Parts: sequence; structure tokens; C-alpha cells
Amino acid sequence: RAAASIAWAVLLLPPITAVFIILSRFSFLHPIHTISVIPTIACSKIALLGQLLHPRQFVSSVVHCIMGIIVAWCCAITIGGRYETLGYPCIQSDGSPQMCLNEYQLILLLAGAFVGFSHSLLGVIHNMNYVSFHTVQQYKYLRFKGSLPLVVKCSAIQALYSIRNYIVVYFFLGYIPRAWICKTLNLHLTSSAHPLDSIAGLLDLSLFYHLWISATFLLFTWYITLLLFRIFVTEVYSFPVQSSFTEDAHQCLPKVLLTDKQPMILKFLALQDLALLSQHSPSRRCEVFSLSQPGGHPHNWNAISGECLSLLADLTQRLVAYHDTVATNGRAKSLSTGSERKTSSETSGIPVSPLTAPFTPDLDSPFASPALRRLTAPVEQCSPWHGTVQSPHIMRRAPKLWSTSTGERRLMEDRSLRSNKHCRIQFELNRAVKNFLAKRVLIMYLFNKLPEASSQALFADSQAHIWALEGLSYLVQASFSEDHFGVVQTALPSILSCMLVLQEAVDRHFKLPHASSKPVRSTSSIGDSTYKTLRFALRATLKTAIYRITTTFGDHLNAVQMSAEHRKRLQQFLEYKE
Amino acid sequence: MCSLALFPPPLPSGQTTLCESNNELLSGTSTEDRPKQVRFTAAVITTLCVFCRTAFLDHSETLWMRSAAAWRDGGLTGLLTEITNSHTEVPKWLSVSSGCTLALLRWISSFHGSLFPHLTLSSEDMIAEFSQVLNWSDCVVRAFSWHPHTDKFAVALLDDSIKIYNPKSATTPTLKHRLQRSVAAVQWKPLCASALAVACQNCLLVWHVDPCSLSTRPSSGCAQVLSHPGHSPVTSIAWSPSGSLLVSASPVDTAVMVWDVAAESCVPLQRLGGGGVTFLSWSPDGSHVLASTPSTLFRVWETRMWTCERWPCVKGRCQSGCWSPDGSRLLFTVQGETVIYALTFTDAPGSRLYSVFIHASGDELIMLDLSASVGGEIQSLSWDPRGERLAVLLKGDPQAVDRPAIIAVFKTRTNPIFELLPCGFVQGEPGAEPRLMQFHPNFQHGALLTVCWSTGRITHVPFYFLSTGVPHFGLSGSPLLPRLQERPSAFANQSLFTELIS
Repeated sequence: RAAASIAWAVLLLPPITAVFIILSRFSFLHPIHTISVIPTIACSKIALLGQLLHPRQFVSSVVHCIMGIIVAWCCAITIGGRYETLGYPCIQSDGSPQMCLNEYQLILLLAGAFVGFSHSLLGVIHNMNYVSFHTVQQYKYLRFKGSLPLVVKCSAIQALYSIRNYIVVYFFLGYIPRAWICKTLNLHLTSSAHPLDSIAGLLDLSLFYHLWISATFLLFTWYITLLLFRIFVTEVYSFPVQSSFTEDAHQCLPKVLLTDKQPMILKFLALQDLALLSQHSPSRRCEVFSLSQPGGHPHNWNAISGECLSLLADLTQRLVAYHDTVATNGRAKSLSTGSERKTSSETSGIPVSPLTAPFTPDLDSPFASPALRRLTAPVEQCSPWHGTVQSPHIMRRAPKLWSTSTGERRLMEDRSLRSNKHCRIQFELNRAVKNFLAKRVLIMYLFNKLPEASSQALFADSQAHIWALEGLSYLVQASFSEDHFGVVQTALPSILSCMLVLQEAVDRHFKLPHASSKPVRSTSSIGDSTYKTLRFALRATLKTAIYRITTTFGDHLNAVQMSAEHRKRLQQFLEYKE
Repeated sequence: MCSLALFPPPLPSGQTTLCESNNELLSGTSTEDRPKQVRFTAAVITTLCVFCRTAFLDHSETLWMRSAAAWRDGGLTGLLTEITNSHTEVPKWLSVSSGCTLALLRWISSFHGSLFPHLTLSSEDMIAEFSQVLNWSDCVVRAFSWHPHTDKFAVALLDDSIKIYNPKSATTPTLKHRLQRSVAAVQWKPLCASALAVACQNCLLVWHVDPCSLSTRPSSGCAQVLSHPGHSPVTSIAWSPSGSLLVSASPVDTAVMVWDVAAESCVPLQRLGGGGVTFLSWSPDGSHVLASTPSTLFRVWETRMWTCERWPCVKGRCQSGCWSPDGSRLLFTVQGETVIYALTFTDAPGSRLYSVFIHASGDELIMLDLSASVGGEIQSLSWDPRGERLAVLLKGDPQAVDRPAIIAVFKTRTNPIFELLPCGFVQGEPGAEPRLMQFHPNFQHGALLTVCWSTGRITHVPFYFLSTGVPHFGLSGSPLLPRLQERPSAFANQSLFTELIS
């Protein structure tokens, strides 16, 4: 028996360790994980639904509900009076004393839970975990002071809407939690006091006021937390351009820009710092233009300009790919393209830039399972990317997409050619399923693309590109008088061509339907909707950046080598005709 | 101290200032008599039509429509006034209650207005009071702006339309918009060919006028509408020289709005005190913004972290101001005084010089000519982009017949020390009063002052001079200075300054 017990103990050790490891990895509401600088944009109704029903979201809703109940309980205690306790002694009709349910406290507690739940749902819908960076830099205190009235206004209005909805829900479904509470806590209902889920019970102005004020308090604390978090996270951090000590080298601006392993926010902060230093501080610009001491290489400039250019080239590629899918099929398929790209690039082992990752929709949500993806986009499984040639147009473009991994692609093509037959059968089947589903209105409603969303998703991380454009153009402008070694001159042709190609791609994108339609501005929401207008900001910044270079250099640009097409385009800028 | 007494006397009546050449101002009697050589140089005259505005609301509209219009135009007060006025159509209790609310509102606002008297003005009067244009309300040209990089300009007219003149294109686009009323200022976006910001009565408009388009009436879809509750009328706007931000000011709003135009979002920079913001001017190097208030106080914002310095004035509010090209020196004038002050911004904080500079003649009015005497309060200042000529628009005295509004031009030098020398007066045709002036942002041969007159003419007065070697912004290379013999032909090629726009 002793041996058996020891054996069992040993056998149980691995599962227990596993559980411990899982629990230790689980960080409660770690803000860096819940907050992102790149918004998640649902491209269709079903994707939004998927986000809402995600297990992570479920946990967050439950936590919010519990917090709501706790805060509401505190409110009830503070208000006192009729809200103070859940039960009170009363005399039944037969004269025996017992505990009765105080429905006023119950309605307040449930209101807290409801507001918490709706807050967590609205957080997903309004992208409340998205942190945007301000174009205007201000000190933390002044920014907080400036945003405070908005927070108060938003929490009051949101609380009003939530309480209105809550009262409607309570009117119809209020008896369920009441009966449940009565049963579990062994409380009784008094026959004398009329129940609150009646019209007369809910038409109590004082009750409504107390519910509203508690909900406002609850939302206000949450909004303030959110606001403070945003302010502190987006505060400008000044990275050193170069360090004399090698152990600090990883904290320098070029290193932080280049590494992709760190959280996205670091890269954004580095880009923001780059945009600001290029604009405001001549001494730090001087460091960027400087040469390395032994060797005389412009490492700083090469690293910074290289990273900025690769960011811009990445966006150009994305736009071209999107435009081509739209042009070939007549409708957008960014969801499938995105997921396709992600999966295939993962299999081929290319280090994909994390900036492209958020462009793909939330793949780990249950609704975006492989089965569903096949359902929504059946054609892609047999699409040209996997080798079945359907249109030479796409094939011609394909190398552009896969320029970094030609070998890998060939390998994948071979593999997919082998599964070609299987693929064709699957394609037929999928088409039948799709035709069947297309006739169902609800399915169509859920799966249809939201018109603007795909365009928004394309530009979701464009704040990075905006800073890259600003940083590059200001540095080039400053180089006219400050760059003593001519380090910028060598990169000028590539910078100009990169910007002009991007300009062309952006222009083409804005000719698509829905791309240039303005989103409705919402002022009474704490959720940041800056991501909806990022594409307009990018377009404006891009034009300004090119103009900044052309006005600075003027006719000197004629000496820069570039293709005839680009020269023609640049001439338009030199004549101020763009 | 430089005084108008040192100036050459104003021209006798009938003479018009044509240009500056060889260090003196040339004049002529009228367009016909001009010597041929000067005729090309001077310029040009634009006659603009004035349209009658429809000043009345159509009362055949339903009450509902009128209320909606009143709500849109005048907010709550407008709506209440409309309901109170149409007491025949609404129930009695409604008109009476709205009348009472209106009276209460007026009482509160009169209390508020006693602190800040300008708040009692109507929005048109407010624009006229704080505008940089002399007598804005009856002025044919209400706003004017040169494009910062090319030879085109926008003119806002009395009928609320804006015309864009470009010598290189045959079309003259006319911009009209439902919300474009009482235009107080227009400005082109730097580093952009097409964007034009317009300060209107209820909002800000940003037009995108495609320079290659042949359309003469761009649709109102080309205009972005930027508005913020409580931020109207907008009396002043300023683009950052880098073209990324736009700031706007309203005398009823204590906050300066900083707009990210592409995203249509704004950040209010709220500072209490002053009762509003009337005039904004962004320094050419982009580091500072001047913001004057209706009370005896103005602020200078630093644009890196958006903090501000308060500068109290003694006598009146800051009426106008302008920056030196390198952004280190600010000239400003104070209402009720005939003095130009200079503020010097150096890199070391705390070392500000606050010096009195020019005494533009006040009580000790100098009689220079039998028919005309000059002086008076200063309406606006304008400094040419190279920092060599400073134009000062003097209000004159509307009561005295012999003291008309006039433009005095100074020669300025910023290096090594700040210097002002008299240059002369710029005068128009008899009876024409200067209302508005602006220097061309990149004139090759010196400086070019554009003046809008009360008659509706816009004339360009060139100042030909050799630059004293102050490195100027824009980096477009050294200017080509024509030699005297070559002048007529050189100017004949400058199509902008010879074209007659009807």
C-alpha cells in the first residue's frame, strides 16, 4: 500500500505541476495584454459576434459584473436608508416574524452587474482597449485636466442609457433573479409592498436617480482608470540615439525600432520619438546623421531610414494586394487574404512583421475556426497562392507578395499541386454550400462585409506609418543644412521612390468605393475612434511629407536618379499640382 | 524710437504709390498717366463685383423649419427667440415659457457680459470688432490669402463666396457653401497645393480645391466641416508652418482649438482668463503661437508641449501681431495705443526683452501736408517673409476728414540689432481706403505688398531691393535680382502682376 501511495503521488506530480505552471502563467488582467495600440477591427458582423463570444471576453464580462455588484453594494451602503440591507425582519400575515427581501438593494446590485456587463460589451464594440496617440503633446496633468469634463459627460450619458435598458430588462425579467435570491437566501416576499418590476414600482423618480448616480459613479471610476492609463502609456519617451556603453545599446532608438519581439507599444513609442526628434531637436538629429567612430559608417541613419522604408514598403504591398483582390473579384476579401497570408507565412517560417499581424482578424476566436474560414472564403483554398492558376494577372503579381521567400513558395506550390484534385472537389462542394447559404437572409447579414471596415483594417496600424513618414521627411529636410557627411543623399532616391509608390497605392485605394467615405464622428463616447480616420491622416501626411522634401530641395531633385514615371510624378509636386 | 515724423510726406491727393525702386517710393497719378516703364511693375488692378445678400428669412416656411434653422444658427437662444416671436402659431404656454426662459438666459448672460463686454455683441459685430480687416462689416474683400508656395490667392467677398485667382489657369473657382457665412479669415495650408481653411460664423471649413480641376464651382463635398460646440464665431485661424496642425480661435471660447484636420479631431487648449481668444499668429519657424484675448492680456504658446506664457498689457487688448522670419521676435500693437511693442524670444528662458519701439504718432500728431495728416491707432501689422519691410495699417480717424487710414512702411533689419528705418506711405486712388494687406510669401525681387482697398480693388505694390543677406526660410536659392535696364521685360514676364482680372 505504501508503494502504491508513493507511485500515485509520483504519477500525480506532473499534472499538478502542469496546473501550477498554467496558473502561474495566467496574469490577471495584465494591462499590456488587454490594451493595444492597434485596434482590432471586425470586418463583418460574424467576426464582431465572435469577438463578443470569445472566452476571454466572457471572463472579462464576468469580472466586470462582479466588480459592478461590489461597487453597487458600496453605493447602497453609502446611500443608506431603504437600500442598506438585503433582508429585513417583517411580520407575515399569520403573525410569525421572518426575514423578507429588500428589493431596493437587489435592484441596485443587479443594476451594477448590468452596467458592468454592458460596459464590457461596449468596450469590445467601441474598441475601448485601443490606445491612440495624440498629435498634440501636453503635460500629463494638463491632459488629464482637459479630458476630465469629457469623462464626466460620457459616464453620465452612458449611465443614463444603461439604466434605461436595465429598467426595461428588469421590467420583463426581474422576477427571475428575485425568485432565485429568495430561494437561495431563504427570504420571503412581502405581500404588502408591491414588487418593483411593475410600472408603478419603476416609475419611482428617486429610485431612478439613485440607480443613475450609482451607475455614473461606477462608470466614472472605470473611465478615469482608462484615461489615466492612456495618458501614462502614451507619454513621450525619449530614447537615446546612440550610447557610449555597449550594455545600453539595446535601449537606443535604432535598436528599439528594429526589434520586433518587444510589445508593439515600444515600437510605437520609438517611432513617436523619432518623429519628434526629427522635428524639434537639432542636437539629436546631429547624432542621427553622425558617423560611427571607428569605421565611419552612418549606422544610425541606415538603421532608422531602413526601418522606416520597410514599414512604408510593407504598407504599399498590403494596399497593392488588397487592390488586386478587389479588382479581380469585384469585392473585398481582406479577411481571407489576411488569414491566408498569416497561416502560410507561419508555415513557411518567414519572420512576419508584427505590424501585419493585427491586420488579420482575430484568428483564435471560436468563430474564426478553420472550418468557418473555409466556409466564408471557399475559393481561397484553391486560390492562385496555392498554385492553381486561374488568372495570369494574379500570378504576375504573386512574386511581389512573396519576394522574400521564393524558395519556400515553390515548395508550397508543389505541395498544393499534389492536393490539387482534392482541392477541386472541395471547391465544388464549398460553392454549393455557399450558394445555399447565400439564400438565407440572416446568414448573409452576418457574413456580409461591413463596407468601411476592410479599409479601416488595412490602415489599422497607420499611426506607425505616419510617424515614419514624418520622421523621414523632417530628417531629409534638416539634412539640407545639417547633414555634413552627406549620409542622407545616398538614401534620397529610395526614400522618394518609396513615398511615390505609396502615394500611388494610396490614391488608388481611395478610388475604391467606401474608402473615401467619412465615418460619423461620435463625441459622446470615451472609446477612441481615431483609428477610423487614420487613412485620411496617412494620406494627408504622405502628401505633406513629399511636399516637404520637394520644397526643401527644389530643382536639386532633378539630379536625383529615378525612373521617368516617378520624375513625372515628382514634377507635379514641384509645380504644386497634386 | 522711430516716429512718423521722420517719414517722407504723404503724396498729394490723386497720386498713387506704385512701387519702391532705388530706395524710394515711386508714385503716379492714375493708371493711364503712368510712365510705361513703371506701368508693368505696378500692377494690377482687380475689380470685384459685389452681390447683394439675402438678408431676410422666408417667413412662409413652417414653424418647424424655422425652429430648426434657428436652432442651427443661434442655438438655444435662437430657438427660444423664434418660438417667442411666432406666438400666433404656437400654444400660449409654450411661447410664454420660452419667453421667460429667454429673459432668464439674457439676465444671466448680461451678468456674464458685464465681466466680458464683448460677449454681448452679435457674432457679426464681434467679427468686425476683432478682425484684422479695417471696417470688416462693409468691406468688399473680407479676407485675403496668398498661397505660401505658388502665385495664387484666395479672396473672400462680402457675399460669402470665395474666389481663387491663379494666373496660370483660366478658371477662377468660386467656393460657396451653406455654412460659409461671415468669413473672417482664410488661409492656405502650407506644404499642400489644395487645402484652404476658412473661418466662418459657425464653423471652420477646409476646402480641397484641386489645382488641376477645370470646374469653376467645386461642390460643397470638397469642403470638410470642422465644428466644436461653443466655438463660434471663429475670428482667426493659423496653420502650423509644417502643415500638420490648424489652430482656431473664437472670442466666446476661452480655449484655443488645435485641429488635426485629416482626422477631424481637435484638442482644446483651455486657459481661463481673458474671456476668449481673438487673434492667432504662428511664428514662421513653428515654435510659438501668439494668442490675444479680448481683455488686456495675451498669451504666447510654445508648440512643443503646448504651455503658455501670459503677457498682461497695460492699456488695451492686443490688436495685432507679427513674427520675424526666424521666429525670435514678436511685434505687437495694443488697442488704444499708437505704439508698436517688440518681444524678443531667446533660447535662454526668462530673458525676455519687452521694449517699446516705434511711436507711430498719437497726440503729437504731425502735420505733414496741408491736405493730409497721418497717424492714429494701428489696425494690423505685416512683416515681409525676409524681414526687411514692415507694413503698418493705421486706422486714421473716421471723424476727421483729413486723417484717412494709411499704410506706413518701414525698412527693418533684424541682424545684428533690430532696426527700423522709415520707408514711406502707400496710398491708393483718391477716396480709396486700405482695408487689408498681406505680403507675398515668396517674391523673388524683394517684397510684394498686396493691399485690398475699400473700393474693392486689390493692388500689388512691389518693393525692389537687394536682400542684405539674411538667410531666409524656404531654401529656394538666392533670389534673382533684375538689373534696372532689364526691368520692363523682366516684369512683363511676371504674368501675375500685369494681368487684369475683371
